[in-house]
Amino acid sequence: MIDTAVRTLKPTTPEEVQAIVAEAGAGARHIEVVGGGTKRAIGAMDPVDLALSTQRLDRIVDYAPEELVLTAQAGVRLADIEKLVASRGQMLAFEPPRWTRLVGSRGEPTLGGVLAANLSGPRRIRAGAARDHFLGFEAVSGRGEVFKAGGKVVKNVTGYDLMKLMAGSWGTLAILTEVTIKVLPRPRTETTLLLFGLPDVRASEAMALALNGPFDVSGAAHLPSFAARARPLKAELATTALRLEGFEASVAARVDGLAAALKGYGRIDALDDQHSREFWNQIREVEAFAGDPRPLWRLSLPPATGWRGPHGLPGDALYDWAGGLAWLLTEEPAEKVRRVTRELGGHALCLRGAPAFAPRDGPLGALQDRVKAAFDPLGVLNPGRMEGGA
Amino acid sequence: MKMPAPDAALIARKAEIVRALKRIVPGEGVVSELAGLVPFESDGLSAYRQTPIAVVLPETTAQVSEILGWCQANGVKVVPRGAGTSLSGGALPLADGVVLGLSKFNRVLEVDYANRCAVVQPGVTNLGVTAAVEAKGFYYAPDPSSQIACTIGGNVAENAGGVHCLKYGLTTNNLLGCELVLMNGEVVRLGGKAMDAEGYDLLGLVTGSEGLLGVVTEVTVRILPRPETARAMLLGFATVEGAAATVGDIIAAGVIPAGLEMMDNPAIRAAEAFVGAGYPVDAAALLIVELDGPEAECAELVGHVRMLAAERGADFVKTSESEAERLAFWAGRKAAFPAVGRIAPDYFCMDGTIPRRALPQVLTRIAELSAEYGLGVANVFHAGDGNLHPLILYDADVPGDLEKAEAFGADILKLCVAVGGVLTGEHGVGVEKRDLMGEMFDPTDLACQQRVKCAFDPGLLLNPGKVFPTLHRCAELGRVHVHRGKVAFPELPRF
Repeated sequence: MIDTAVRTLKPTTPEEVQAIVAEAGAGARHIEVVGGGTKRAIGAMDPVDLALSTQRLDRIVDYAPEELVLTAQAGVRLADIEKLVASRGQMLAFEPPRWTRLVGSRGEPTLGGVLAANLSGPRRIRAGAARDHFLGFEAVSGRGEVFKAGGKVVKNVTGYDLMKLMAGSWGTLAILTEVTIKVLPRPRTETTLLLFGLPDVRASEAMALALNGPFDVSGAAHLPSFAARARPLKAELATTALRLEGFEASVAARVDGLAAALKGYGRIDALDDQHSREFWNQIREVEAFAGDPRPLWRLSLPPATGWRGPHGLPGDALYDWAGGLAWLLTEEPAEKVRRVTRELGGHALCLRGAPAFAPRDGPLGALQDRVKAAFDPLGVLNPGRMEGGA
Repeated sequence: MKMPAPDAALIARKAEIVRALKRIVPGEGVVSELAGLVPFESDGLSAYRQTPIAVVLPETTAQVSEILGWCQANGVKVVPRGAGTSLSGGALPLADGVVLGLSKFNRVLEVDYANRCAVVQPGVTNLGVTAAVEAKGFYYAPDPSSQIACTIGGNVAENAGGVHCLKYGLTTNNLLGCELVLMNGEVVRLGGKAMDAEGYDLLGLVTGSEGLLGVVTEVTVRILPRPETARAMLLGFATVEGAAATVGDIIAAGVIPAGLEMMDNPAIRAAEAFVGAGYPVDAAALLIVELDGPEAECAELVGHVRMLAAERGADFVKTSESEAERLAFWAGRKAAFPAVGRIAPDYFCMDGTIPRRALPQVLTRIAELSAEYGLGVANVFHAGDGNLHPLILYDADVPGDLEKAEAFGADILKLCVAVGGVLTGEHGVGVEKRDLMGEMFDPTDLACQQRVKCAFDPGLLLNPGKVFPTLHRCAELGRVHVHRGKVAFPELPRF
């Protein structure tokens, strides 16, 4: 759990990070790794002796818009990165969420934290996840060694792709000190088409139809009536949303094509550029479920049958990623949520009310343990996190 | 290039090894006669050849599991192989090892349009995936030049790219799951049809691991609906600088083309002589730009690109007006390697990636090196993502030519790293660039990677001699060095 009593070290150089980790390893001490500290509540860990914040590793190292590449120290705030790339008409295409209101935390996420948690927003379905834009890094392993992997160019297969391993490792393998990411041009405009009153199954069909056509959909979400009624949307009916982004003429043509394809699904409304942006920010942040006291789950499922998860687990749901990501508020026992999700070919992460991660088991779990040990054999970094502990 | 010294004791056990393999894979699934082994001696990097002890061609995951389990228990090295099209020697056999061929895993198991994915066996060709889904308007995006022959399993092992990966990503960005057999025979499933999986992203780690971590026996790939239209443009320039600047301008304008290729004059001439694609043979550099999407988008962007190219002095501009013409534009580029093969007895294909801004400088230096070594070179370039393919021309029958070509290639790759790039953009390290890994990574970086190898294959039996310049025993790598006593950085504030 979060122990606010432990001291927090805020190193300003990778060498200092290295020294702290090496010293902790030597003294059999354990470190909680923190970026902006906005996701500390996700994934309980065993007791630690100190916290290490990357906040003061906050330098932009290189930004080459025409190369589509940005290198920064891990503690640079996400907001600062987004502002910088926006000033050159670019974006982080994986649309990272904050989840601060959602999990009731404060502060601003860091780029390193976003990558360590592999956080990806609605554009995941088209542009990929954080891991798909993570080109290279320097880090300090749990062994207290400074090492690097990947490169500073957009295409590289030299050596193992350790970026994939770091993305979603929640600080359990190494402390990222510097990262290189791919950035992409920001779409000139966007429009969102809305469908109303569709039951989940029918909404799932509509989203599949949209994604399976030549429309280049970059967001597909469905809000059943509970989620649609909640702030901030406050809609009367269940709402299904499809986002189209790009150059003006292209968006206009695809809006027409998609609207024609969806003729059988009733009334269609459109959100213009500004309203569309606001809407997807709210989807990305799961605003509809912020402040609800019930246990909160994030289910990752095969998109076409994503609705089966929440339908087997009474509660209230909200779907992103064309149904492949189901947010669920439910009082059902954690074991049941995980079992139902697994049986449907997916997995569940709990953001509130139960252990975040499932315990590891079987040959795959043993392999994951060996990978952890390869980087952090003494279990110095974020001990027990990702291992299903309470 | 030296491979680890073969273990004579293992080679002497050939009869026993073949017997054991035949017990697991009955019938014609084990090749042990010299004549039968010849086709497996080499892969796409044909300068290197080696005859393995035997080749085993299993048909089921259970057989793969049993083979690997037996080989681990008996200390026998294994080299996995798809179609053998690797350009870096990833499937080069070991004299004291067994080749595990996946060619019989050639079925498409399931196409799931609702989830936009296909479940295929690893021996299905890259183009075979598209063939299985194109009737419904879908395709599989990564398109390495060898796509007619190369297999999905090999694509996963090498994280294969292609001319469309600037917009659509490499193999790793187009996978959802796989079944993997570990060297100890255990079978694990990584990912599935959902967009992410529990725990560490081992699917991402295994992709591009060059057959060193496990044997892939099933793959779930994403499939995409075909864009409504695609149009290709040929843009000829009198200078390399003009072409390079145009590439930067296109991307700076917010356009990410589906494909953005560059060829230099020798490559243009070779391709044109071979295919007759209508390329301007006097141009110093040719860009092929492909734009896809709705008709309206293509029309707008074609106009935009034409304008940007004109501003940089393009003196040859042609836009495809039909699908046949678009394919013809690409035919020259896709045939660039065999086309160069016609003008020289042998060639080496390099694969570095550089920051695009360094292109004119790098091409100038390559030309200088070409003169110094007295070997010709033709350059094809995935210009959008900075992935350079210099083709070094040589004649293996001329004594010393191969060594000269290797040295020239090494100089080019060192140059790529020196300007901020990397050794390989899509072909893999294999044996070809193995000894250059130290140019990019220090011993600690390499130790971190090798410990990952140890987590999967502690006996180092799977595809040894590839990727890493030095083999360290896992016990040695795993040691934890603890320096007790002195506190470093005592001045650091602790609060």
